[in-house]
Amino acid sequence: MATATRPPVFAIALLSACVLAYEVLLTRLFSIVLWHHFAYMIISAALLGYGASGTALTLLKERLAPRFAGVYLTAALGLSILMPATFLLAQQVPFNPLELLWDKTQLPKLFAVYLLMMLPFFCGGLGIALVLSRFGKEAGRIYAFDILGAGLGSLGAIGLLFLLPPHQVLGALAALALLAAAVAVIELEMQPRWLLEAILGLAVLAAVALPAAWLQVRPSAYKDLSQTLNIVGMRVAEERSSPLGKITVVESARIPFRHAPGMSLNATSEPPPQLGVFVDGDGPVALTRFDGRLAPLSYLGDLTSALPFHLLERPRVLVLGAGTGNDVLQSLYHGATAIDAVELDPNMIDLVQKRFHDFAGGLYSRPDVHVHAAEARAFVNTSNERYDLIQVVLLDSFGTASAGLYGLSESYLYTVEAFQSYLASLNRGGMLAVTRWLSLPPRDALKLFATAVRALEQSGVANPGARLAMIRGWKTVTLLVKNSDFTAAEIAAINAFSRTRSFDLAYYPGMRADEANRYNLLERPDLFEGAMALLGTGSEDFIERYKFYIEPATDDRPYFFRFFKWSAAAELFSLRGQGGMPLLDWSYPLLVATLAQAVGASVLLILAPLALSRCRRTLPPWPAAVYFLAIGLAFMFMEIAFIQKFILFLSHPLYAVAVVLCAFLMFAALGSWLSGRRQGAGENGGWVHRAVLIIAAVALLYLAILPALFQALIHLPDAAKIAISVALIAPLAVCMGIPFPTAMTRLSLTAQDSIPWAWAINGFASVVGAVLATLLAIHLGFAVVILLAVLMYGLASVAFRGFSRTGKSLPA
Amino acid sequence: MKRHSTLLAIVCLCFALPAQGDAFETARHKMVEEVTADAVFTSSYSGRATLNPNVVAAMKKVERHRFVPAELASYAYLNRPLPIGYGQTISQPFIVALMTDLMNLKEGDRVLEIGTGSGYQAAILAKTAKAVYSIEIIEPLGKEAARRLKSMGYGNVETRVGDGYYGWPEAAPFDAIMVTAAASHVPPPLIKQLKPGGRMVIPLGAHFLTQYLMLLEKQVDGTVTSRQILPVRFVPLTGGH
Repeated sequence: MATATRPPVFAIALLSACVLAYEVLLTRLFSIVLWHHFAYMIISAALLGYGASGTALTLLKERLAPRFAGVYLTAALGLSILMPATFLLAQQVPFNPLELLWDKTQLPKLFAVYLLMMLPFFCGGLGIALVLSRFGKEAGRIYAFDILGAGLGSLGAIGLLFLLPPHQVLGALAALALLAAAVAVIELEMQPRWLLEAILGLAVLAAVALPAAWLQVRPSAYKDLSQTLNIVGMRVAEERSSPLGKITVVESARIPFRHAPGMSLNATSEPPPQLGVFVDGDGPVALTRFDGRLAPLSYLGDLTSALPFHLLERPRVLVLGAGTGNDVLQSLYHGATAIDAVELDPNMIDLVQKRFHDFAGGLYSRPDVHVHAAEARAFVNTSNERYDLIQVVLLDSFGTASAGLYGLSESYLYTVEAFQSYLASLNRGGMLAVTRWLSLPPRDALKLFATAVRALEQSGVANPGARLAMIRGWKTVTLLVKNSDFTAAEIAAINAFSRTRSFDLAYYPGMRADEANRYNLLERPDLFEGAMALLGTGSEDFIERYKFYIEPATDDRPYFFRFFKWSAAAELFSLRGQGGMPLLDWSYPLLVATLAQAVGASVLLILAPLALSRCRRTLPPWPAAVYFLAIGLAFMFMEIAFIQKFILFLSHPLYAVAVVLCAFLMFAALGSWLSGRRQGAGENGGWVHRAVLIIAAVALLYLAILPALFQALIHLPDAAKIAISVALIAPLAVCMGIPFPTAMTRLSLTAQDSIPWAWAINGFASVVGAVLATLLAIHLGFAVVILLAVLMYGLASVAFRGFSRTGKSLPA
Repeated sequence: MKRHSTLLAIVCLCFALPAQGDAFETARHKMVEEVTADAVFTSSYSGRATLNPNVVAAMKKVERHRFVPAELASYAYLNRPLPIGYGQTISQPFIVALMTDLMNLKEGDRVLEIGTGSGYQAAILAKTAKAVYSIEIIEPLGKEAARRLKSMGYGNVETRVGDGYYGWPEAAPFDAIMVTAAASHVPPPLIKQLKPGGRMVIPLGAHFLTQYLMLLEKQVDGTVTSRQILPVRFVPLTGGH
């Protein structure tokens, strides 16, 4: 081994890239194995391993420091082995999140998963903290390479996920971590020489020779796909994977799929042969056989979503979230003249257009059907076309929706601003039709109705009630929002359509109470009463008194699927014996639990060991602790909030995350590097104050001008929008890269032993910050999250004065 | 020595078995009391102050612990759903009681069940109706349930493994049908196989989480109405409507 004289910055960049790429990959893997929000929960806990590494380093510093190179190499090798190993072991833990509220033994199982998943992050964090601790004076340069690697890693992972299935990316990351170890061997001039060759050999083996069976991803037995494959004769006909999701097409030799969601009880027809299509194991939606004849599609006329076709003559239709094309078929069946179908996932389009072209009857290649691979909202925002009907039908599976698993997902499809955009894209007399699963007591339907009322009011419509109609089947609800008043003939058509199919009228202009609740009886006509209350003068009081959260979602608070209210939680929990549990929208309590667990585990794993050991003597001065906490939280707040702000502008959630995250990290790296150079040139702490001032000014300016700016520029080509986004983020991110390394360098001069403490506090703040930002956004909106970030940077600036004055001045 | 240990083990087992059986019986009665107490408000849809006595009697008799995996037998009499393998669950006893109650069964009734699962619901139905026909789509589950029901002496239950969409035409029409398998729509052939005046019950929701129950009634004239029933008494507006 050798005595290092320079920090292994390229190895640090690679190590950091690995850890970030692994984090992105785990989101995918756990979405396939479990459900998305459990992925979020597990990863936020796993990241605590990062902070815990700082603690371990502090406690073991005297033992580890003399063996710097060896420990660093072990950490990198450990990361390589543990990334695949811990994930595969975690899959063996019989944790079933669906039993979490019933079964006390699930909690220890969940903790076992947490502990396992922390290990690779611990190794990655240890490597970086070790280098920062040893070469503290070069913190600016090290931190620059660290976050540069992080940026490239997150971008690289998204790229890799387009090329390889997730389990193969796991193998590739193991190889990359070995490469990081090999680069460290070179940078640290380690001996013996065969070490380098051995590690490179292992890297090649990991990349190409890891048996696929070892890396197998095993979805929960409770996922829809797992259950379907238990049926004799079911077989996977095709699989496609990308960062947008894993699509599995299943066909059955014996028992056909028959997907006709909420079909009228009066219907006598059956769907034609179908294939089942699952995304991340959830579903299925159907890919329906189409031979050009419309008669076999008659079942599509018996769904609540068919209502608008009975009010419009040969409409021009826009289908948002077209998926496998059932809504396109429904439009064709009802005589639509032209259909624009928008689908986010190109893999889905490709399956219908090419792989199953013959089965789908060339549906997506017809001259009257135009398919667009785009995000729905962005398509509407950027398109100049006008439609008679915009259809948004059942974009989430019934099981997932009814289990309340979406509460934390942002959705820009069902916001007040979205409804306004849709209405603006309609021809005179055109309609927006939104269909959702029926939930009881009503949640989605009333929130949709409230959103439509708010959108119409904000568009200056004096009497929104004249433009709304809603019907209810036994399983689905369809809301119509028209951009002019409903006519008497249209109201008659709504009545006739509903009556012949035994669907219930929930609302139409002039509806009487006794017309509600006739066919699919509820204890009370909740939907009609709710709709009337939402149109009345006491609507705000009704929303307030309703036990589910039905306040309309906005672009600043895009949480349509959040229905949870604390005031009803205790009552529902007490009714669990009587079947009250499913009414708890439990993804929100899980978010709070995630925050509590992040705080609790941080205290237990990061802070308590330090406080209880002799390291308490190396505690940083309290202003330094406040400083690192504040900048850690503020960085996460800014990053998360601006990703959301750019999503609509960049037209694609994935590109927004990739571009914004990468730009933030790259320019923060630049800021970090600049701060290192300035400090080398004798610059004192004034940079931090100036950086904070610029952050505050730019963030506040963006809050004021971004909406108008985005609106003006949204029609530009993607490349231009990406360039503009990067340019907008650059000044903010450069300044955000300055505070951490500047203060680290200060500490290296004034309180060298406190550096691991600072690392631990920053690790804690990053994890807690990510969860807290989402929680704050749900309640207060992303604009407030940005304001809070500005305040925290201000606090950091004040705290910096506190500890930068206590130390020696920097050498010139 | 070995022989002595074996003998001791057999003796212990002989004493333990009845003791455990008693414990199960006590637990079962306690569970039924809980379920009955929770169901006091069923009058809003059944017109009775409490559960049908036949349903209560069936719940007291059917040994739920024999329908769950052996390692979960000790949880069998908790009022909660339990996993039975293949990603399937045995419903919460409260929901089982409620669904059976909703079917309003009489002694001579013939019942069709789609989704046998472990066979517990079929056993409850067998105690409250004359004949039960049950179809399971997952082969190993269906075979295991058939073996279990037979060994437990449920002679009035006929089982079949296969597609439930077309019901059981040879045994149709039925007085009541229960569809415990997830379905995107109610299969028209099942509605056809329901007698006029018959009832169909369908639980809706995800695994472990029954959102609401649908009660479908076929009128004498052949028309169909449905009722969406929330198993829990929960008024969604503070201060009531």
